[in-house]
Amino acid sequence: MNRAWKAASKTVEETLKIVVLVKHVPDAQFDRHLSGEHNTTDRAESILSELDEYALEAALQLAEARGGEAAGNQVIALTMGPAAAVNAVKKALQIGAFSGVHLSDDALAGSDAAATSLALAAAVRHLGAEAPVDLVLTGMASTDGETSLVPAQLAERLGLPQVTFAATLDVAEGRITARRDGDAHSDTIEAPLPAVVSVTDQINEPRYPNFKGIMAAKKKKVATLSLADVGVDAAEVGHSGSLTVVESAEARPPRTAGTIITDEGDAGIQLVDFLAAQKLL
Amino acid sequence: MANVLVFIDNPGAALKKSSLELLTIASTLGDAAVVISGVLQDGAAAELGAHGISTVYVPSTRDLDDYLTGPKAAYLAAAVAASGASTVLLENSFDAKEIAGRLGIKLNAGVITDVVGVDADGTAHKSVLAGSYTTTAKSRTGVSVLTVKPNSVVPAEPVGEGTPEIVTVEVPADAAANAARITGRTEKPASGRPELTEARVVVAGGRGVDGDFGPLEELADVLGGAIGASRAATDAGWIGHDAQVGQTGKTVSPQLYISAGISGAIQQKSGMQTSKVIVAVNKDAESPVFEIADFGIIGDLFKVLPQATEEIKKRRG
Ligand SMILES: Cc1cc2nc3c(=O)[nH]c(=O)nc-3n(C[C@H](O)[C@H](O)[C@H](O)COP(=O)(O)OP(=O)(O)OC[C@H]3O[C@@H](n4cnc5c(N)ncnc54)[C@H](O)[C@@H]3O)c2cc1C
Ligand SMILES: Nc1ncnc2c1ncn2[C@@H]1O[C@H](COP(=O)(O)O)[C@@H](O)[C@H]1O
Repeated sequence: MNRAWKAASKTVEETLKIVVLVKHVPDAQFDRHLSGEHNTTDRAESILSELDEYALEAALQLAEARGGEAAGNQVIALTMGPAAAVNAVKKALQIGAFSGVHLSDDALAGSDAAATSLALAAAVRHLGAEAPVDLVLTGMASTDGETSLVPAQLAERLGLPQVTFAATLDVAEGRITARRDGDAHSDTIEAPLPAVVSVTDQINEPRYPNFKGIMAAKKKKVATLSLADVGVDAAEVGHSGSLTVVESAEARPPRTAGTIITDEGDAGIQLVDFLAAQKLL
Repeated sequence: MANVLVFIDNPGAALKKSSLELLTIASTLGDAAVVISGVLQDGAAAELGAHGISTVYVPSTRDLDDYLTGPKAAYLAAAVAASGASTVLLENSFDAKEIAGRLGIKLNAGVITDVVGVDADGTAHKSVLAGSYTTTAKSRTGVSVLTVKPNSVVPAEPVGEGTPEIVTVEVPADAAANAARITGRTEKPASGRPELTEARVVVAGGRGVDGDFGPLEELADVLGGAIGASRAATDAGWIGHDAQVGQTGKTVSPQLYISAGISGAIQQKSGMQTSKVIVAVNKDAESPVFEIADFGIIGDLFKVLPQATEEIKKRRG
C-alpha cells in the first residue's frame, strides 16, 4: 500500500480532496468504429463519457456541502488518453471541476483495463503525494469499453476500499455510506475514507456548464503528466503492458427495419401471425 | 488438478441456469472444478456431481458475503492456486465482473468481460460498442479470467451421478482488510417471472405505458417472458430500476423483444439490439425504434397488446 494512504481517519468538519476520473470516449450518437492493427476505437467525435458526469456531479456536491474550493476542498478531473482527451478534462472544468490533470503518453495507446488501472493508480498516487486523496470517484462504466473493470482494479491496485455502483452516496466523519441496488436486494455499503467509489446514473442529475462556468474554465489549470512523471515504465502499459489482446473485430451488419404496419384494428392478430411464423409462440 | 475453474457465488439449493451454462462451457475447455462462496448444500452438490464435477472448493469462512467483492477475489485467487486452473469462468453480473477484475490484478491475469462464446483454445468472443461489433479477444497471461453472459450456450444435460470431493480453501487472513462492508440489506419481492437477462422473451415498456404495465404483464405471462423497461419508465417509478434495459440497465438478447411505448433512444437500443427478433409497438411512425424492428406496429399499445394476448390464448384453446 502506498504511504500517501496512511492518512488517519477524518473528522467531521474536514475538507475533501476528490479525484474524479473522466474518460474521453467516442460519441455514441454517431457510428462508432474499431480499426487499425490493434482493433482500437476511433476517437473522432469524442466527448466526456456521459456516465462520468454523474461522478463529477457527486464530487461537486460533496465539495460544495463543505464550503467548496474557498474552504480548501479539491475536485480534480483526471483523464488518461491521447492529446485530444484533454477535452474531457476541459469539459469537466466547464461543468465545475476545480482543476484538471491529463495523463498522456504515446506508450499508453491500446491499454486494456489492467494497464489503464495501473496508469491511473500511479497518477492518483502522484496526486496524493503532497496531501492524500480522500476519494476517487468514477463513472459506473465507460461508454466505449463498458467493462466496469477499471474502478475495481484501481481499488485493488491502491489497496483501498471499493464502493461501486453507488446509487446514493454520503460522506460523514471520514466514512462513506452508499446504496447499491442489485436484482434481488438493495444493499447499504460502508467504508472508511480514502476509497474508490463508482456511481450510477441514479445518483443525481448532472448540471450543465453555464456561461459563467465556461468563462471560469478558461482560467483553470490543466496539468499534463507523462508516464515518467508518475513513475510508470512504458512497458507496463499500452499494447505491451496489456494482459489481453483483441485479435479481430468485425462490424455487425446494422439491423434493418422489417415489416412496418399501421394498426387498422387487427394489428394484435397480425402480431400473433408474425410470432407464429417465426416459431416464437 | 483441473485446468478450468468455475466460480459460483452462493449457489444455494439448486444451480441457476447461468451456472449450468458456465459448467457447459467449462466442459468444452477441459477438466473443470467448481469454487463456491457460501455453503455447499446437498442439492447443489448433487447437481454439480451430475454435471461431472469431481472437486468443489469451499471457503474456510462464511462471512465473505459481509463485504463487497474484494474478499471474494482474494479467496478466489487462493482457489485458483489450489486448483492449478489456467482458465477461470464467472458469470457476467456486476459483482462477478468486479471479482474478476480484482482477481486479474492479484494474479496478473487478463480479464475479458461480456463473453458470449469461448473456443477450445481460449479465444473469447464478445460484442462491443453496443452490439455494433463482434470481436475475439485473448488473454496473454498464464491464467485467463472470463465473465460470460447468460444465454450464451444451451446448458448441457446432466451426465450421470457423482459426489464431488469438497476441498476447503483457506480465505487469506487479510482478505477483508480495507474492504467495504455490507451493513444492511433490503430484499426485493420476487416477480415470479423469468430473470430478465435469461428470459427467452422480454416485453418492455416505456413512457408510453403511462404508469400501467398491466397489458405488458399479461402478454409477458402468456409468452413466459420477463418485463423490461426504458429509463423513462423506471425513473417515473412505474417499475423497479432492475427492470431497466439499456446502457445503464441490463443488456438482454432474448429470442424475442417486444418494445411497447419506447421511442428507441441510443441508450435503450444499446441494451437490446442484439435480440434475435424485435417487435415494436409505438404510436409515432417516426420513432427510431422502427429502424431496428423486424415487425413494427404503428398503433396504440393499449389496443394492440391486449388483442395479441387474447389471440394467443384463443389459439392455444
Ligand atoms: C447517461 C444516460 C443513460 C441512459 N440509460 C438508459 C438506459 O439504460 N435505458 C433506457 O431506456 N434509456 C436510457 N437513457 C434515456 C434515454 O436517452 C431515453 O431518454 C429513454 O430511453 C426514453 O424512454 P422512452 O422511450 O420510454 O420515452 P420517450 O422517448 O418519451 O418515448 C415514449 C414513446 O412512447 C410512444 N407512445 C406514447 N403513448 C403510446 C401508446 N399509447 N401506444 C404506443 N406508443 C406510445 C411515443 O410515441 C414515444 O415514442 C439514458 C440516458 C442517459 C443520458
Ligand atoms: N482512460 C481513462 N481515463 C479516465 N478515467 C477512466 C479511463 N478509463 C476508465 N476510466 C474511469 O473508469 C470508469 C469505468 O470504466 P470502464 O472500466 O472502462 O468501464 C469510467 O466511468 C471512468 O470514470
